[in-house]
Amino acid sequence: MEEHKRNLVIPGEIITEGDNYLPGEGTEKRGKKIVALRYGLAEEINKLVKVIPLSGVYQPRRGNVVIGKVNLLTFNGWVIDIGTAENAFLPLTETPRFVPKDRLDEVMEIGDIAVVKIFGINGRGIDLTIKSRGLGRIDEGLIFKINPNKVPRVIGKEGSMIKIIKDYTNCNITVGQNGFIWIKGDKIEDELFAKEAIEFVTEKSFMEGLTDKMDGWFESKGAVKRESKRYDEKSEEEWGGENDN
Amino acid sequence: MTTKGYVRKDGRKNDELRSPIKAEVGVIPNADGSAMFQIGKTIAIAAVYGPKKMHPQHSQDPEKGTLRCTYNMNSFSVEERIKPGPSRRSTEISKITEWALEPTLMLDKFPNMVVDVHINIIQADAGTRCAGINAASMALAHAGIPMRDMVSSISVGKIDKSLVLDLDKYEDSEFDEGEGSTDIPVSITHSGEITHLQLDGKISKEQLMEVIEMAKKACNEIYEIQKKALKEALK
Amino acid sequence: MSGEEIEVTPKVTEERIRKYLEQGKRFDGRELDGFRKLTIEKGISKNAEGSVRVKLGKTDVIVGIKMDVGTPYPDSPDKGNLMVTAELLPLSSSRIELGPPKFDAIEIGRVIDRGIRESKIIELEKLCIKEGEKVWTVFIDIYSLNDDGNLIDAAGIGAVAALKIAKIPKYDEKEEKVIYSERDKSIPLRKISPFAITIHKIGNNLIVDPTKEEEDVSETRITIGSSEGTIHSMQKGGSTPLKTEEISNAIDLVEKIWKELFKKVEEQLK
Repeated sequence: MEEHKRNLVIPGEIITEGDNYLPGEGTEKRGKKIVALRYGLAEEINKLVKVIPLSGVYQPRRGNVVIGKVNLLTFNGWVIDIGTAENAFLPLTETPRFVPKDRLDEVMEIGDIAVVKIFGINGRGIDLTIKSRGLGRIDEGLIFKINPNKVPRVIGKEGSMIKIIKDYTNCNITVGQNGFIWIKGDKIEDELFAKEAIEFVTEKSFMEGLTDKMDGWFESKGAVKRESKRYDEKSEEEWGGENDN
Repeated sequence: MTTKGYVRKDGRKNDELRSPIKAEVGVIPNADGSAMFQIGKTIAIAAVYGPKKMHPQHSQDPEKGTLRCTYNMNSFSVEERIKPGPSRRSTEISKITEWALEPTLMLDKFPNMVVDVHINIIQADAGTRCAGINAASMALAHAGIPMRDMVSSISVGKIDKSLVLDLDKYEDSEFDEGEGSTDIPVSITHSGEITHLQLDGKISKEQLMEVIEMAKKACNEIYEIQKKALKEALK
Repeated sequence: MSGEEIEVTPKVTEERIRKYLEQGKRFDGRELDGFRKLTIEKGISKNAEGSVRVKLGKTDVIVGIKMDVGTPYPDSPDKGNLMVTAELLPLSSSRIELGPPKFDAIEIGRVIDRGIRESKIIELEKLCIKEGEKVWTVFIDIYSLNDDGNLIDAAGIGAVAALKIAKIPKYDEKEEKVIYSERDKSIPLRKISPFAITIHKIGNNLIVDPTKEEEDVSETRITIGSSEGTIHSMQKGGSTPLKTEEISNAIDLVEKIWKELFKKVEEQLK
């Protein structure tokens, strides 16, 4: 199999065969054959074969920045739905400022949406924090969802894709690893434009060299690039952070 | 005519599948995975939602996820209108479908969660449960559910003394000469394991073994169509 | 998908929708009185006497017509019967639970039924085979395939379209049997198109053809069944009250939209 070449495979399909190959994520070895266990793009690097899924629910990982909805207030924190079966919990102790036990609802209420970070996953569930910059309750903006498997494409290598979108639309954009995206701009037109750009990227996500094509796409829509004053090189949180793998 | 050489009304050979056979994925935008499967005049759609939290909580299985299937025929999918709502038949087929698909799913990866598969028959000309299973298997893959293999399904049978593949409505329910008609819906994984088998009629062991081989060959053809639909999902 | 819960009326989104509406914009860039792209596919189910698949944006419904011969109702011995049912299939949305039809499905069925019945589009007197004994019953069955808001209007368009293309099966009076394989005549219809058009109120704005998100945020709605300016049926849903002026504006809006819909539907049915 050509190294680094990506083929679309379906469950049960034989990706490659040979003693040297090792079964990575989304595959298993049956005798000498490496078989796909997911629908996705098969990739082989240094004899390790894995399948990058095109679909499927969000798999939470430590360090992920996600966007979720407050479902419940308990005596010591908030239960937040981030799109996983396990409960995700934000304890009182993980807020930037001290919050007295009877004032939880002043920080966040049921129905509020927040940007949170996963700092631990254990048997009980997922532990969240909002201690870093860029985390916390969302006060206003446009929120929508994309396929979580497309998030890496929307962020781009070291944030390159999302930076282009921000520069052309002049919007603050936070991409949650769970597929939820928050856009905030000065004008409605800018927000809708940013949404359109992101949806375009998710549709063409498998295309090679998409990042380079974006300048052309934006120009064809009459957009002007300006260095977004809001984008802070240091803030990883702003564009949602990267997977820990 | 009750000769051994039964001549099919639509001119097909005994081991020939109906046409057209069409398959497409991504037909229901809200669903996590979805697919349409058509064979001859039978059209089925399947939508998958999940894995997701299972309610009520007491139904949750801490060891593995649960697969739930529903099968429903539209009132106007058949000649004589079916009253909308579940029936004993649809309840049975829902369960059969679960059993046909479950062996391929890696449900142990989703304890306490549920994967819902909903099948709807838009147009019926026999072989609906098989079309439903074909659509469901594609929809499950499309939804990104970890699976060991795909499942393909077809009906085989016997018309008087002739062994046939892919019975249409006339052969399945109206033919009534000689030894009558025997209907055998089968579902087989791509690696050859039988996950579903039903039989109605009269057949000897030799004939049954022969007709299962016919089904395996047909399922390979159907698998190629399912695979193509999934691979063509990216424009 | 459990992530679906996030999309059920989060306050942030509700506020954004209102803010956009105040500036005459919606998330998908439409005008407040704009309908999404409409496509009608004819004959999607060949065993039906007539069937269509209606797509309004991502909302997708199929409507099928079946006919059968039976006894008339005692108070209308010389008229055919009409029965409209709607099913919200669990296929169409993660929010739908299994079980007997919930209110939403029942309401859609009844609202469309009222619109079709009161408009008298079907000439029921012409569906009488033998007075007092045998009449045709027209069954209109609606199924949702994908719910992205405004199922009612899509269902209404589907019902009217399906009626227009349906053909009546032959009835063998001697054998007292319906011969479904032989269909020739169209259902006797008056030349009207009684579409159901629903107007939603969000804040101080009236919108049409809401997506699911907008529907969640809608405070109240009014469905008006009409054809060429004549109103046949109305149903207000939701508990927020409407001012008389708003009802008047809604009716004007419906008339404007009816004209556009009529053109689009005629084109699709050619």
